[in-house]
Amino acid sequence: MAAAAARWNHVWVGTETGILKGVNLQRKQAANFTAGGQPRREEAVSALCWGTGGETQILVGCADRTVKHFSTEDGIFQGQRHCPGGEGIFRGLAQTDGTLITCVDSGILRVWRDNDKNTSSDPLLELRVGPGVCRMRQDPAHPHVVATGGKENALKMWDLQGSEEPVFRAKNVRNDWLDLRVPIWDQDIQFLPGSQKLVTCTGYHQVRVYDPASPQRRPVLETTYGEYPLTAMTLTPGGNSVIVGNTHGQLAEIDLRQGRLLGCLKGLAGSVRGLQCHPSKPLLASCGLDRVLRIHRIQNPRGLEHKVYLKSQLNCLLLSGRDNWEDEPQEPQEPNKVPLEDTETDELWASLEAAAKRKLSDLEQTQGALQTRRRKKKRPGSTSP
Amino acid sequence: MAKAGRKSSSSWKKSLKRKAAAEEIQEAAGAGDGATESGVQPPKAAAFPPGFSISEIKNKQRRHLMFTRWKQQQRKEKLAAKKKLKKEREALGDKAPPKPVPKTIDNQRVYDETTVDPNDEEVAYDESTDEFASYFNKQTSPKILITTSDRPHGRTVRLCEQLSTVIPNSHVYYRRGLALKKIIPQCIAREFTDLIVINEDRKTPNGLILSHLPNGPTAHFKMSSVRLRKEIKRRGKDPTEHIPEIILNNFTTRLGHSIGRMFASLFPHNPQFIGRQVATFHNQRDYIFFRFHRYIFRSEKKVGIQELGPRFTIKLRSLQKGTFDSKYGEYEWVHKPREMDTSRRKFHL
Repeated sequence: MAAAAARWNHVWVGTETGILKGVNLQRKQAANFTAGGQPRREEAVSALCWGTGGETQILVGCADRTVKHFSTEDGIFQGQRHCPGGEGIFRGLAQTDGTLITCVDSGILRVWRDNDKNTSSDPLLELRVGPGVCRMRQDPAHPHVVATGGKENALKMWDLQGSEEPVFRAKNVRNDWLDLRVPIWDQDIQFLPGSQKLVTCTGYHQVRVYDPASPQRRPVLETTYGEYPLTAMTLTPGGNSVIVGNTHGQLAEIDLRQGRLLGCLKGLAGSVRGLQCHPSKPLLASCGLDRVLRIHRIQNPRGLEHKVYLKSQLNCLLLSGRDNWEDEPQEPQEPNKVPLEDTETDELWASLEAAAKRKLSDLEQTQGALQTRRRKKKRPGSTSP
Repeated sequence: MAKAGRKSSSSWKKSLKRKAAAEEIQEAAGAGDGATESGVQPPKAAAFPPGFSISEIKNKQRRHLMFTRWKQQQRKEKLAAKKKLKKEREALGDKAPPKPVPKTIDNQRVYDETTVDPNDEEVAYDESTDEFASYFNKQTSPKILITTSDRPHGRTVRLCEQLSTVIPNSHVYYRRGLALKKIIPQCIAREFTDLIVINEDRKTPNGLILSHLPNGPTAHFKMSSVRLRKEIKRRGKDPTEHIPEIILNNFTTRLGHSIGRMFASLFPHNPQFIGRQVATFHNQRDYIFFRFHRYIFRSEKKVGIQELGPRFTIKLRSLQKGTFDSKYGEYEWVHKPREMDTSRRKFHL
């Protein structure tokens, strides 16, 4: 039962205590998944990305330098691999045709062969990106292209199939009006679809657009928002604007064509750690240090849709990009099947129920805003509504 | 002359009011029942047309008079109702239904979903491995540095001195215009566990920054109602060197728990009950009241208390994740008045 339910979760959130949480917004439930059964702070989730095969697998990067494979179909952790090299936590995790790309804080970017066995073989490729990396992002259109940026580490675009030098290396902007060097702190990077452009948001509250196709290495567009470091960024479904979040919990939508502020979103009380927009619907998922996952609607009307309290500080999230948000075709068919089957299959249900109860002991449910589970207990001989 | 005139005018006004009422009645009732009422004392129950309200009277003086009369009537009715209820209760005696509990903002409080359930394992794990774990596992004992903003005035200096007598193992240092970001590494090197900075504005302390040291959260409070020892009436003698007990009241939500643990980690683990001193942090409606008392048990159920040390009220403005870095630090919780203070019944601590 838990396994079937895990498939339909809309948002997957990684926490500082090492728990992966799956949230189902339709049924208003959140479930905890841990690799070892108990939360461990050493396994704090620092990066999440989808694995192979659509959205059936999640790669979880933990603070102890292991990358765990989690299957959403079965709701269990399937394996893990240790990715040593460099120091610090994972700043970027990506997957492309059988290889796993990891980047750590100290700037070691490694490409690993992704085999099913849990062996930790040597990396296929290793690049030194520069110290103080804050983000590594993979281009969704070209999976072998990644971009990295960090504190005093300018934006660099790398082609993993090409040479060891970066394809594009950004140049710092001109000295400011006091003739002082402008410091660099790229906190988040996104690739704009449809062109080669990149957007970054910085810790000095700037949003910059870079175009590798143009001759200038300096940013093509630069705007500022707020007074606090911008920590997370995501692209909106239209492709013309980005939504950024800062350390004070302020979310803003910024138009990239003009560099204008379109509007803000209210609600967060703590630093924004993860932001993701749905690819087609106007929904934005945000999580942060105030331990709450929020889903906002970005347009007509702009506002809060769901708010889920998740007890631990949230580090990163993955929003499911599927379109059938509400439809869960498998679930309603089960109660229809029960009266058609006989007592021998009722025994089958009873044994399945026992298995579900065992799994339930691992899962926890949240209180407050979420309702209790409305699981239909299939007792033998009962009639379904 | 004016006074006498006013006095007589008030009684004159009352008669004028009745006359005005009579006039109103006669005007408003029209051909109705004016026959008997044109006499000396018009009855109180006036025959106004339905849908008439006092606010429709254009004349301010008359409107005010009508309103005052209505108000007095309401007051009388209320008193009569109360008396009646009291009589009924006395008549019933023991069988009287229990008195209804009055609604207060505290008991109308909107249920906060972050309220910590004592049996919750995830929150228990989170708390047992957070930045205060080393204090609660008795691996470190607190050592506090108290300082102020630059160039403090008398009240702030005296508050710091009194605070250092309340908090054991605390040291007061003059600020000397040093940057906090430079002080913090030095404190960590000298094994301080907490840093308290009392901010001052216009010669009174108005803010408190409490930073847990190795890499712990920094809480920024605004402080009000500061009373130094000599301003407290009926206080006891100065506190002794005994380690006080701590009382933390009403920190129910997750944020409240974090702040409560922060306060608890200021004081050593082993309270000396001989000293009979207790420091209380009482949270009510997001305001935290700090008091320092000495208690004595006169019998099993009766306690006498003497208020000693300084007293102040603080309210949380922000909780930041690392040590003090207000520009580039990440905030766990920031108070946003326009978003969070919209309901009078919602509290966060």
